[in-house]
Amino acid sequence: MAQRFSDMFLAFMSKLTSKYSIYLILLAMLVICSLLSPAFFSAKNLSNISRQISITTIISFGMTMLIIAGLIDLAAGSVMALAGILSVAIYKATGSLVIAMVTGIVIGIACNLVSGFVVTRFKTPPFIATLAMMTSARGAALLYTNGQNIYQLDQFVIFGQGDIFGIPTPVIVMVIISLVTWYLLNNTRFGRHLYAIGGNEDAARASGIKVNQTKMTAYAISGAFVGLAGVLFMSRVNAGLPNAGIGFEFDAMTASIIGGTSFSGGVGTAMGTLVGAFIMGFLNNIMNLLGIQSYLQQIIKGGIIVIAVAYDIMSKNKKTASQLGNIEERGKEA
Amino acid sequence: MVDVPLLELRGIEKLFPGVKALSEMSFAVQAGSVHVLCGENGAGKSTLCKIINGIYQPDRGEILINGKPVVLRDPLEARSHKIAMIFQELNFIPEFTVEQNLFLGNEPVNKFGKIDWAAMRRQTVALLEQEGLPYRPDTKLKDLSVSDIQMLEIIKAISYQANILIMDEPTSAISTKEVELLFRKIAQLKSQGVGIVYISHKMDEIFRIADEISVLRDGRLIDTRPASELDIETVIKLMVGRKMESVFPEKKPQAPGPVLLDVQKLSQGKTFRDVSFQLRQGEIVGFAGLMGAGRTEVVRALFGLDEISSGTISIKGQPVTIRNVQDSIEHGVAMLSEDRKRYGIIPVRDVKENMSLSSLERVMGRFGIDHREERKRDTEMSRRLNVKTPSLETLISSLSGGNQQKIVLAKWLLRTPDILLLDEPTRGIDVGAKFEIYKLITELASEGKAVLMISSEMEELIGVCDRIYVMSKGRISGELQRKDFSQENIMKLALIG
Ligand SMILES: Nc1ncnc2c1ncn2[C@@H]1O[C@H](COP(=O)(O)OP(=O)(O)OP(=O)(O)O)[C@@H](O)[C@H]1O
Ligand SMILES: [Mg+2]
Repeated sequence: MAQRFSDMFLAFMSKLTSKYSIYLILLAMLVICSLLSPAFFSAKNLSNISRQISITTIISFGMTMLIIAGLIDLAAGSVMALAGILSVAIYKATGSLVIAMVTGIVIGIACNLVSGFVVTRFKTPPFIATLAMMTSARGAALLYTNGQNIYQLDQFVIFGQGDIFGIPTPVIVMVIISLVTWYLLNNTRFGRHLYAIGGNEDAARASGIKVNQTKMTAYAISGAFVGLAGVLFMSRVNAGLPNAGIGFEFDAMTASIIGGTSFSGGVGTAMGTLVGAFIMGFLNNIMNLLGIQSYLQQIIKGGIIVIAVAYDIMSKNKKTASQLGNIEERGKEA
Repeated sequence: MVDVPLLELRGIEKLFPGVKALSEMSFAVQAGSVHVLCGENGAGKSTLCKIINGIYQPDRGEILINGKPVVLRDPLEARSHKIAMIFQELNFIPEFTVEQNLFLGNEPVNKFGKIDWAAMRRQTVALLEQEGLPYRPDTKLKDLSVSDIQMLEIIKAISYQANILIMDEPTSAISTKEVELLFRKIAQLKSQGVGIVYISHKMDEIFRIADEISVLRDGRLIDTRPASELDIETVIKLMVGRKMESVFPEKKPQAPGPVLLDVQKLSQGKTFRDVSFQLRQGEIVGFAGLMGAGRTEVVRALFGLDEISSGTISIKGQPVTIRNVQDSIEHGVAMLSEDRKRYGIIPVRDVKENMSLSSLERVMGRFGIDHREERKRDTEMSRRLNVKTPSLETLISSLSGGNQQKIVLAKWLLRTPDILLLDEPTRGIDVGAKFEIYKLITELASEGKAVLMISSEMEELIGVCDRIYVMSKGRISGELQRKDFSQENIMKLALIG
């Protein structure tokens, strides 16, 4: 009996550390950063960090759903810019905030549906299909604006600069999107189907899942998030910038991966992504507070990404090995 | 005469999170003999074999080869001690060809380190010829059936010329003819002094080849005895811990209802031709035949996984076109694939998600998936099938093979389809659980479903079916009514053509 109890305790601990390791890392960072810089742990700074990460994090949630299903979206940054630009343009033409917002979201959805169509219909690898969309959407944004920034957005700025009870609007949107994603992944058939498709597409199809339709839906939802992010971004910088969002897709992927989403598909959570985004936010912030030179910062961030991806690949190898064995090792490692 | 055993394990213990897979396990294999491991699903048989093959390291205990203690850190080290293993779960790369697979990790190279493709081809052709297997070396594995791949795995392991050969359920996917081939091979290896560890859930098979039998239960050794001192009943009793009254459930004879599935002159290129048969409500219909007879291909086509070239399918009297799995599911058809790994499980997800995948709409509450309802239903089903798992949140890939099979079967049973196509439903499942599955199938039939069942075990078909179609070389070579059921009659039809 005692033996059995200690076995159970060990199993419980290893489960705790592996399942919640990401939260432990976040906590550790919070403590370490607070010790490193007295300016770090203040309501103002934390609120600042939240605002800084909000826009890429909104994109990140869509990215997480795609990666879970074994897909990817390299066009997120460009589509965000295009959606933002067109939203700004519509606002200037109509003066309606609602129409502007809807336009941004619809453009995001439309672009991603095109990518999704190319992926599902022509069996193009998602990497290639969205790479093409990345170029085209950027081109469209630049073409429409003739490469010029759009200024004087008047009321439009309330999306990105406003706040509700002192919390910046983009942060509130981020929280809402995180809850939406959590709900989709945990409580809907769509969510379960995403995991199944990413985990084993053949088996998913043979289980009666409408694989293509699910993939299209995933692209559409992530497109909506990207469009929303575009509106918030242009509003926050108070300008329509056709060159906005370059590399945002990679920041979004980074948060996903740090948060435990696996590039081999079938694994990932909404909360993990949120935590991953905060970890990256804390890292950026503390490096700034400590006055680390910005080029050096990039190198450090690169290092962190390598570690995260290496971890991902290692646990993936464990998984392949686990058809022969070794899942238990993961607990020890974390 | 006191022989030092070829291989000996002493006091082996192995822990996994939440399970003690093995404890105080001791076990020995003599040169030139076959030691059979028996036990229920999840008893620890595969774990024991993986320890011998260096995939797992024991937490306690020692391994001795020819009386000398050894440490086996990985399969390569095991191979250097002349240990080879045929795995229960087939591990292959679908895009690889037969020859690439045979020489995976062992490719012949020329003196510049470049793979010597010509030598590889020569050796492959020689090996295939020697073993009498009709495959082309450049066929991709994804185009082969599970049984073909199983045969390849067998000859691959044999080609390593090991002294200790472990076979983890090598016959779960192959039919009588190939089993005979394998048994002849085993006899030959024995005469060469090879020690063989053999796992199977097929009792008659066990008694044909075993010299010694060890029974495991819950990770413990219950007994080791010479096969001559045991019989099937005793082994089952040792395995399950109680006496099993019968192997097949009682069947109330009932008049079959209207035709649910009517298949006329179904053909698919060269794989099968003019296949016509009917499935009535309340019936369990068996499909017997040898490996490669086309049975799997027929049900795959019916389920919309492959295309047909001609023929008609009617469901409940209505002609239907089935272009994809979606179509057939909408018509109330479900299919359990023989290829569990490719079409059955989502390895990175847990037991509950795998089980629920095809019937989530049944547990939708007002706010999406009703987790409590789902858990209740899944718990009930896993209890019914006697699934051995630490929890419903355990990754399915960490369950024993037989328990994975139960989950995949549960997935379709939870859907309660009208027409259930089962391709080797009891593959790798222990005697006790088999009985439960037969009972479930029988119940489904008496509730008015129609069940089509492919099996390479003739007794199973004879035990549970109402009618049996026999296929041979892509055609239906005959149909047997219950009163004519016998292994001879089936074999006669299976060998026609
Ligand atoms: N990699 C793993 N991680 C966690 N648990 C495992 C792992 N491999 C096996 N187990 C557990 O160890 C126990 C023994 O499993 P094993 O595969 O040895 O059973 P088995 O006797 O081969 O059963 P079967 O007849 O179904 O093949 C099971 O409870 C299983 O869930
Ligand atoms: Mg096993």
